[in-house]
Amino acid sequence: MSALETAQKIKAKFGDLISEPAEFRGEITVKLADAEQITAVCEFAKQTLGFNYLVDISSVDNYGDDPRWTIVYHLRDIVNVVEIRIKIDVNEEKSELPSVLSVWRTANWHEREIYDMMGIRFSSHPDLRRILMWEGYPYFPLRKDFPLAGKPSELPGVAFTKISPMEGGPFVTVAGGKDSISREPRVRTPEE
Amino acid sequence: MLTETEIGYNSKIEGDVVVTRVDAALNWFRKNSVWPMPMGLACCAIELMAVGASRFDISRFGSEVMRFSPRQADCMIVAGTVTYKMAMCVKRIYDQMPEPKWVIAMGACASTGGMYRSYAVLQGVDNIIPVDIYISGCPPRPEAVLDALMKLQAKISTQPVLENLMAVKTLQNH
Amino acid sequence: MATVQDIEVRDSAARSAQTADELQDMHGERMVLNMGPSHPATHGVLRIVLELDGEIITKADPDVGYLHRGDEKIAENMTYTQFIPYTDRLDYLAPLANNVAYALAVEKLLGIHDKLPPRCQYIRVMCAELARISAHLLGLGAFAMDMGAVTVFLLSFTEREKIYNLAEAISGARLTTSYTRIGGVMRDLPPGWLDQCQQFCDEFIPALNEFETLLTRNRIWVDRVRDLAVISKEDAIDYGLSGPNLRGSGVEWDLRKKQPYLCYKDLEFDIPTGAVGDCYDRYLVRMEEMRQSTRILEQCIKKIPGGADNKTNEPVNVADGKITLPPKQKVLSSMEELIHQFMLVTEGVNCPPGEIYFGHENPKGELGFYIHSKGGGTPYRLKIRAPSFVNLSIVPKIFVGTLISDTVAILGSLDFVMGECDR
Repeated sequence: MSALETAQKIKAKFGDLISEPAEFRGEITVKLADAEQITAVCEFAKQTLGFNYLVDISSVDNYGDDPRWTIVYHLRDIVNVVEIRIKIDVNEEKSELPSVLSVWRTANWHEREIYDMMGIRFSSHPDLRRILMWEGYPYFPLRKDFPLAGKPSELPGVAFTKISPMEGGPFVTVAGGKDSISREPRVRTPEE
Repeated sequence: MLTETEIGYNSKIEGDVVVTRVDAALNWFRKNSVWPMPMGLACCAIELMAVGASRFDISRFGSEVMRFSPRQADCMIVAGTVTYKMAMCVKRIYDQMPEPKWVIAMGACASTGGMYRSYAVLQGVDNIIPVDIYISGCPPRPEAVLDALMKLQAKISTQPVLENLMAVKTLQNH
Repeated sequence: MATVQDIEVRDSAARSAQTADELQDMHGERMVLNMGPSHPATHGVLRIVLELDGEIITKADPDVGYLHRGDEKIAENMTYTQFIPYTDRLDYLAPLANNVAYALAVEKLLGIHDKLPPRCQYIRVMCAELARISAHLLGLGAFAMDMGAVTVFLLSFTEREKIYNLAEAISGARLTTSYTRIGGVMRDLPPGWLDQCQQFCDEFIPALNEFETLLTRNRIWVDRVRDLAVISKEDAIDYGLSGPNLRGSGVEWDLRKKQPYLCYKDLEFDIPTGAVGDCYDRYLVRMEEMRQSTRILEQCIKKIPGGADNKTNEPVNVADGKITLPPKQKVLSSMEELIHQFMLVTEGVNCPPGEIYFGHENPKGELGFYIHSKGGGTPYRLKIRAPSFVNLSIVPKIFVGTLISDTVAILGSLDFVMGECDR
């Protein structure tokens, strides 16, 4: 079964919730409309279609767009060597979606990292706490409105956190500033 | 005040006995047996291990015994990036080392934060502990680490030991 | 008469190690021990909060993030080429392999990862296999040293110095090579490199045999690592393990064979898998992988197009002016090359909008890059799927029921790197 056929099987089972499979560079991507159904979709993918290996869960911050968050799941079938990508949009007010820990236990640490970096919560995750930053860090560093230099925060104990010196270099991000697309002349669309 | 005493020894006069000042003798003992405490955090730790291995032998300088317990070490070699989360541990371990103690900041990340100018990296370990020798490089070659050790030995040999016997080195907070 | 001992633990990692056993804990029989970030046997800055019943571990909670440097956020501010030095420092035991992985990921985004010139592919394969031998040697050396076999550590470092010489000849740096570029490599092989590599292969197999005689049938070694921390096939797949940890549990999954890239299709090599899934199996898989890597290296040395001196002038970079920097002689004399040089250096390679995931068989496991690009020279989001991060997530499961002295053996056999785990 190729990736396209598995994507079509998912679409056949879940109907309108799943978008048409898109292909780019040989990879199939489907979008799931309702974030609450992710556990059911993943359960179906694992039990019926044989996607027994979860490669990665990533999160993307679409700063300025609504819905703000996109969560990306990479699934793989080890036996038949098939890969598929499922994307979900979550809007900022909610910032929550169900955990897929019950389907693949590897999702545990991936979801903790997404919570740590982006601030997206996973309901039904038994132990959602920070994994890379220290407990009690008040910000979510990978958000687009958080500056690369960091913001001062309280760290219990002796150390402190100061803003790192940036000297205003050309490739330094500015919180809420122009993203790399608008900074570059080549990528402007023909109408501009 | 630096002491300039060297060990004077003339085999025709003294024979098997060396006559010198206590300062020089103590410094000679100290500098030839600097036991490092490797605070190996990141890639520089691999070059530190290479310094301890057989090609660039650090035991020629008396530093083969890499003591991981701070209470038994003289010199803390901070090798690698110090993040804010780790900074507290580095400071605590530095405080646990007994006097006299020295610190070598190995590599760009330990000296100034290196190429990681981000929200999670401490921009130089000298923000929390006093550093004696800085080694540049990313990672520095093992020869550079040995050169730094020799500079540290030169620094140790000029320290006035007896005058500061009762003084405790305090950290300058800034 | 049991006395109630109050253990005050302030931080959440220690607290979570005690949840669900509150009642038993009040008798004060369990001790919470912190295997702190500065520890000789944790292979970097890893903190594990152990809950002990005497010497037996009842709960283990790893606390990672002590080397989190913010690579993914830095990537959003750098062009694709500027990020290559940061990939060196991910798995700092095998920097050439990370470079190859990242370059292939960006080239997949551009659509050229299967259109690389053949000489470039062979050079990259040789770099990746040298990195694999180097990383396994250090993993083996550190594993053995933690168990007390210090000789193996010094012997393996001697072999690694030979690989460092090769890396220094090809790229200029021993450890952090930054050798590959988008669309090719930094420069062609220097003269005499292939002979040096062949000499290394000739000397390496006898050295590897020496390690085998020291460890593999050694009574103490076998007693310490055999039947320890068995990971079943289902657990290994469910927890997302990859690399020798997955193959040690009997799963035949190697990206070089199942999803081949570069020129691995033309090379002959075997994939070793373990039978039981214990620490001994993982150790044996790594030893055999080093032999297979040497086999691949020797085939590449014979088969590389252009040979040692490249007399036929095979290209090592993709011949596209918008991806590869033009030769310096043309830059200041020809207009088109000047513009290409300017655009590539200031704005980076112009990648199409879209998203890709590329997984590469690194020595530690599957290093994957998920690049979400909105066009332009810098990625919008770069996620690094680190094998050590995922491999460490199985620690809470396999530590339970083992003794304290086994923790060192298990951590050594998992062979992770904190630079990769925390990014």
